[in-house]
Order: sequence, then C-alpha cells, then structure tokens
Amino acid sequence: MIKKKISFKLNEQEVEVEVETRELLAHVIREQLGKTGTHIGCDTSHCGVCTVDLNGNSVKSCTILAVQADGGEVMTVEGLATNGELHPLQQAFIQDHGLQCGFCTPGMLIRSYRLLQENPSPTEEEIRVGLSGNLCRCTGYQNIVKAVKTAAEKM
Amino acid sequence: MPTLAGDVQAVLADEKVHFQYQEVAAVIADNRYIAADALDLVEVEYEPLPVIVDPHRSMDADAPILREDVVKKDKVGQGPRKHANHIFTWAVGDKEGTDRALASADVVVKEDMLYPRVHPSPLETCGCVASFDKIKGNLTVYITSQAPHIVRTVVSILSGVPESKIRIISPDIGGGFGNKVGVYPSYVTAIVASIVLGRPIKWIEDRMEHLSTTAWARDYHMTGELAADKDGKIKALKVKVLADHGAFNSHAQPTKWPAGLFSVCTGSYQVPVAHVNVDGVYTNKAPGGVAYRCSFRVAEAVYLIERMMDILSQKLGIDKAEIRSRNFIQAEQFPYKTSLGWELDSGDYPTALKKVLDAVDYAGLRKEQAEKRAQGELMGIGLVTFTEIVGAEPSKACDVLGVGMFESAEIRVHPTGSVMARMGTISTGQAHETTYAQIIATELGLPSEEITIEEGDTDTAPYGLGTYGSRSTPVGGAATAVAARKVRAKAKKIAAHLLEVSEDDLDWEIDRFKVKGVPGQEKTMKEIAWAAYNNVPEGMEMGLEAVDYYDPPNFTYPYGVYLSVVDIDKFTGEVKVRRFYALDDCGTRINPMIIEGQIHGGLTEGFAVAMGQEMPFDEEGNLLGNTFMDYFIPSFVETPQWETDFTVTPSPHHPLGAKGVAESPHVGSIPCFTSAVVDAFAHLGVTHMDLPHTAQKVWKKIHELGLDKRD
Repeated sequence: MIKKKISFKLNEQEVEVEVETRELLAHVIREQLGKTGTHIGCDTSHCGVCTVDLNGNSVKSCTILAVQADGGEVMTVEGLATNGELHPLQQAFIQDHGLQCGFCTPGMLIRSYRLLQENPSPTEEEIRVGLSGNLCRCTGYQNIVKAVKTAAEKM
Repeated sequence: MPTLAGDVQAVLADEKVHFQYQEVAAVIADNRYIAADALDLVEVEYEPLPVIVDPHRSMDADAPILREDVVKKDKVGQGPRKHANHIFTWAVGDKEGTDRALASADVVVKEDMLYPRVHPSPLETCGCVASFDKIKGNLTVYITSQAPHIVRTVVSILSGVPESKIRIISPDIGGGFGNKVGVYPSYVTAIVASIVLGRPIKWIEDRMEHLSTTAWARDYHMTGELAADKDGKIKALKVKVLADHGAFNSHAQPTKWPAGLFSVCTGSYQVPVAHVNVDGVYTNKAPGGVAYRCSFRVAEAVYLIERMMDILSQKLGIDKAEIRSRNFIQAEQFPYKTSLGWELDSGDYPTALKKVLDAVDYAGLRKEQAEKRAQGELMGIGLVTFTEIVGAEPSKACDVLGVGMFESAEIRVHPTGSVMARMGTISTGQAHETTYAQIIATELGLPSEEITIEEGDTDTAPYGLGTYGSRSTPVGGAATAVAARKVRAKAKKIAAHLLEVSEDDLDWEIDRFKVKGVPGQEKTMKEIAWAAYNNVPEGMEMGLEAVDYYDPPNFTYPYGVYLSVVDIDKFTGEVKVRRFYALDDCGTRINPMIIEGQIHGGLTEGFAVAMGQEMPFDEEGNLLGNTFMDYFIPSFVETPQWETDFTVTPSPHHPLGAKGVAESPHVGSIPCFTSAVVDAFAHLGVTHMDLPHTAQKVWKKIHELGLDKRD
C-alpha cells in the first residue's frame, strides 16, 4: 500500500506522520496521533461526531483523507482549552447541561467554535441551522442551543 | 452461545445463515485497513432457502422450519411451543371473565396496531477490547455495556474462566438506550480470539453493522379490544400480541417475563377485568426485542392502552380528556392493585391532567381546531395520561440468569471526610456521578465535590444488575440512600461516644449531630469521620463504610400527562409539531436539571420513533435502510421545542420517594404524537394510523380521503 509522509498543524503543534493514502483523517488523528476526543459514529457523514476544524472550516474527518490535511491546520476538541482553562463553550456546556453521554460533544464543541467565529451572536434559529450537521441522541438539543448562546454572550 | 432468554444463538453461522448480515467469519488483523482487505478475501457461497419475513406467516402449516437446531425442544426459554417456529405463549388475566364482559358491554372498540421494529442506535456503536493474559489466566474486557456484572457472569459461564479472573470494564459509554444490555456474538469472537492468540483484540462496529445485527426494539403486532358502558366507563380490556423475535430468542427481559412487563397495559385506568395473550415467533431477521429507552415492553403497553382510550373516546363522542378522567384510578385508591396483578404505588392523575389542560388552554385549542376544520385545514391535538412501571426490581419477581434484580452501593468515608462510593449500575449519560453524590451529600452532610462516584469496573464495584429499565434511581439510588444511612447510623454511635451522651440525646442537623438542648455540644460528620479511625466506642470496629444490596418491595410507577398540537400540510403530508407540553411526576425530584435533560432527550427519541424510525424489510428479508441516510435521527432543525412541567407524588416505598424518569418521555410521547396526528383526521372517521407518521404515509391518508384537491 502506498505510504506518504504528511505534516500539518494539529492544535497549533506541527506534526509529521506517515499514512497510507487511503487512510481517513479521523483514523489518523485518533489512532496515530492519539487524539481520541474526535469520535466516529456513522461512516456516512451524517452524525458529525468526527467534526474537526480544517483550515478554518468545519469538516467531517471520517469523510476526508488524511493526505488532504497535508500542510493544513487542524483543530480538534483537545485544542479548545488554553493553559489549562476550559474554553467558554466547554464551560457553557457544563453549566447549561449541554451534554449527557458526551459522545457527540467534541463534534458539537468544535462545530460551535467555528459557528461563533462566523457569527458571534447567532439567533436560536441560526444556531439550530448552523449545528444541524451534528446529531445528538441524549439531550434533545435544547440545552446545547442554550449553551452556545451562553458562550456567545461570554466570548 | 446461550441467550439471556434461554435460547441458543450462533456466534458465527454454521451451515445455515438465519438473517441478512449474520456473522459468518471473523478476520483478525493489525489494523482496520488490513482487516478490511482480508475480509475481501473471504468468499461465502450462499444457497438461497425459503424465508419468513412476516411473523403472521411463521406458524403457517407449510411454513419452512427456521431453526432445525431447536425443532425437537418443547421450550426455548418459555414453553410449551405449538409450532417449530413458535417460541412461547404468555397469557395473564381472566380470559373467561374478559370475554363475558366484552359480550355484554354497551360498546366494544377493536383495533389492530403495529408497533414497528425500531433501533435504539446510540451514537457510539458497540465495541470491546478483550485482553487475555495467558500466564496469569486473567481476562480483561473493556466493553460498551449497560450491565458489566452480568457480562462477567455470562463470560465466565461461556469461557470456563472463573469470575474472579475476569474483569469487565465499562468505561464512559456513548449512550445505550437498551441496545447495550445484551452479549453479542462479536464480543464472544473477540474474547475467544484473545484467548487463542494471547493478545488484546479490539472489535468496533460500524454503523451499518450496528443497525443490522445488534438489538432492536418493539416489532409488536397488537390487537386491542376495549369494552365500556355508554358513559365511557371501562368494563374490560383484551389484548392479543404477535411478537416477532427474529431468528434467535435473545431479547433482554427478566427471565420469568417473556413479554416483559407488558401486562401493565391497563394503564392509569380502572379496568375491572383484563386478559393478555402474547405469542413469540421466529422470523428470518436479526434477533432482538430489547427495551429502547423503556422498561421491558412498557412502551408497547402504554401505546396500546393510550390508543384504545382515544378510539373509545371517538366511538362514544366523549372528549379524550373527559373519557380519561372518568376512568382514572383516584388518588385515594393507591396503592392500587390492577386486574393484571400490578400494585401501582402512588399517583394523583386528575391533578396532573387539570394542570396540563389549564396550561395549554385546552378549550381554546379545541375551539381553534373547530375553526381550522371549517376552513379545511388539518390541526390535531394529542393527549396521553400514561403510567409507567420502572426499576426492574423485586428479586421475587425479576431475575436475569437466576440473579435477582437487586442493586448495590458501597460507601467508604475516609478519615478526612471525603468519600469513595461505588455502585453496580453504569451511567450512559444520566449523570449518576451527580445524582448519587447528591444523595450521599444530603444523607451524610459531606460536600458533594469531595465525593467520588465510580461505576462500571467489576473488580472494584459491588455486583449489580446495571442500568436499563430506569433502574438507577429507583434501585441504585435506593441502595445508595440505605448505605448512606447505615454509615450515618454508625456515625451517630461514634458521636454519642465522643460527646459522652446516649444516642437518644442526639439530633441530626444537616452535617452534624447535636446534643439536645445543649448548644455547642456537637460533632460534625468530618470530625466523626476522623474519630472513626482512632477513637470508636469499645467493641466497635474501626472505619466508616457500608454496603447495601437493595432489593425493593415493589416497582415504582412514574406517570405523566402529555399534550401535543400538530399542524399538517395537506399537500405534502408534513406534520409540524407546534407545541409539546410534558408534565411528569417522577416522585421526589433529586436533581431538577438532570431530570429536565432526561425529559428533553426522551421526548426527542419519542419524536424520532413517532415520526420516522422503522426498519423495513423486503420480502426476502433484506433490511431496507441500515445507515443514517435512511434511519431517522432527528437533527436540531426537526426537533420541536419542549415545554416541561411536573407534579410531585413520592413513591411510598422508595427510601427517597423517587421513581425514575428517563424513560417516561419516550414511552409517553410516542402515543401522544399518534394521538395528535390521528386527531387531525378524527372528524373524518379515522381512528388509528400506524407508526411512523412520515410525510409520505400521512400524505397517503390525505390523498385517500381526497383532502389534497386544489380548487
């Protein structure tokens, strides 16, 4: 199988890794780079638990190849906290009970992060549409919407 | 391998494959990509055999025999069997009395309804890492399990490895909803592979495998007959069910209950006489029949009775709120023994109903509906007043593989007053860490931030039956409270010793024992904890800890009143949920934020089942839709806004009065949505529409009624 050495920034750290060209970004992030916050839930890019930030866009890392990240900048949920301090979104998810089992949470957080970069004070409707590519089976979404609003106010 | 229901199930198919996607071979490789390549090298030649997809055909005289391996057995779990494809008949109640009441009643309504096959589909699929240490003979399994202790027992029975050498660790898991209770063939494969190879073996499902092979729910083909007098007072209920169990009887129910707790189907109402008959059959579909966010078969029971109440209301022209009122079990009748043998613990249904009707202005909604109908628009109002049975519980009634369904808690108070507590349950997102810590903090007066809750590791936690059927608060929470009270009882003795008074002279106040009438004479729980390790009364052992295995006297019976309002587009069939008002009474409310969160989640899962989830098969048994492209999981956009409310009627037998809540919103909301959708067509004589209420199916009804003609 063809292998290729790629390098990219992962949570602001330069990483270099040898991958098969067919390997998915989600698998490389989890299994080679050990960042297991990014989850895999559906394989058809519907559930969004694998969402990461790539070059300023939210992408579903189970649906792109690792080689496509070569030379790029990737942020996963592990990159949200700074200096041991949780990101306002993370704090808001805790405060507003925006997670239950937590499996969708990394994707929700990283997608919400990008949403708030694009639209710092979204309406409820804009939050719901903006996060509609991320599924949750536990919360019924209501408290996630609330948490994103809370975070938006604090950021 | 043996199933929890007393049947046997193939780990890997031998000679005959019983359903599409059944496991036939396993490939072990260094990584998933190599495994996928190797899988391509496995060639299986399938020879087509006649199949049974429709359970109504399973017991035909000329039906093909699906399970030659059990054809001579007179029972597979429950018997006797009357056909090679028959699994069990389970009947309860007074058949003759029910038939007599049906024959002499003023009115009898009858309806066939299908609760379709649906899949719990947590966002994390199933998986495990099995690691067998050949030198020590120890087996460690990391597994996504809602019942790790039962898994340990099953694995020990299957493998011959002593239970003491098996460690099952169920870490944080990504939702369960009933899907992660059982033991699946691939767990066994991974364990066997690890024993043979002496290396850790990881197995993680993809979504297609998850939807196609792991435990689904429902698939109950039900016929209800409800008899009443002309004023709508119920006289009798008769129910017949045909249950499709798939190719192996591996549903997860307490051993003695092949139809789970389905006989709670008399609901919140006074039903003088009733009879239920359930037949389980084999078909060529994946095995299952678990409780998807409900207690065993309770979603089916609640759906049946709530639908029948609506149908009776339509038949008699009595409003659906009024007919429920006329039949409610009254507050003073509790504890209430139902005609099918359950003892409902507590309730005040009329108060809950009135609160909801007032909150939504029910009369106003009915007026608006009348106006809309006059204009040819479709608006529906759904109502349910349901009672659940949860907390699968009393060991005299319930066991799994002979192990009684108690629950456990172990509490250790350290010298500095911090606490380590372990339970036999396992959170799949219900925040046990918060709720249990809150119970202990309240009972012992120690700060919750210094209380650590641990679950899911069979090496450290006391044996428990796990988390499903809303057991955690009703049984695990009770064990936690009782264990904490045992600790406090010992603490009281130590306090009396330290203060040199008798125990009777002490009062408990928040976090300390005080000598009655002597201000300042007191010992805090932290001081007592320290003393427990250096200064205890003569004859008392040191330390401050307790274990409780709680075997409750009864189930708990949470209930709710839900009301929904829908508007239906008569050209597309799209159902828009305008309003959903959910009042729940789960007894004492331990943590309101967590309760609310559970209700939001349960309602959303109910919405999913009601509006789109189903697992359709073609006539050859191919599953038509086993990815999230086809299987409906509502997103932020479809999911309605939920309004919640509550009343508090504590359970008289639970140490804290709590009843459990996570399942009520799922169980209750589904018939509420059906009630609303059917209500939109009720003035046209429609009495029932089967789940799910997809736009396509609703449009078909609209078209059949000729409502979609444009002027």
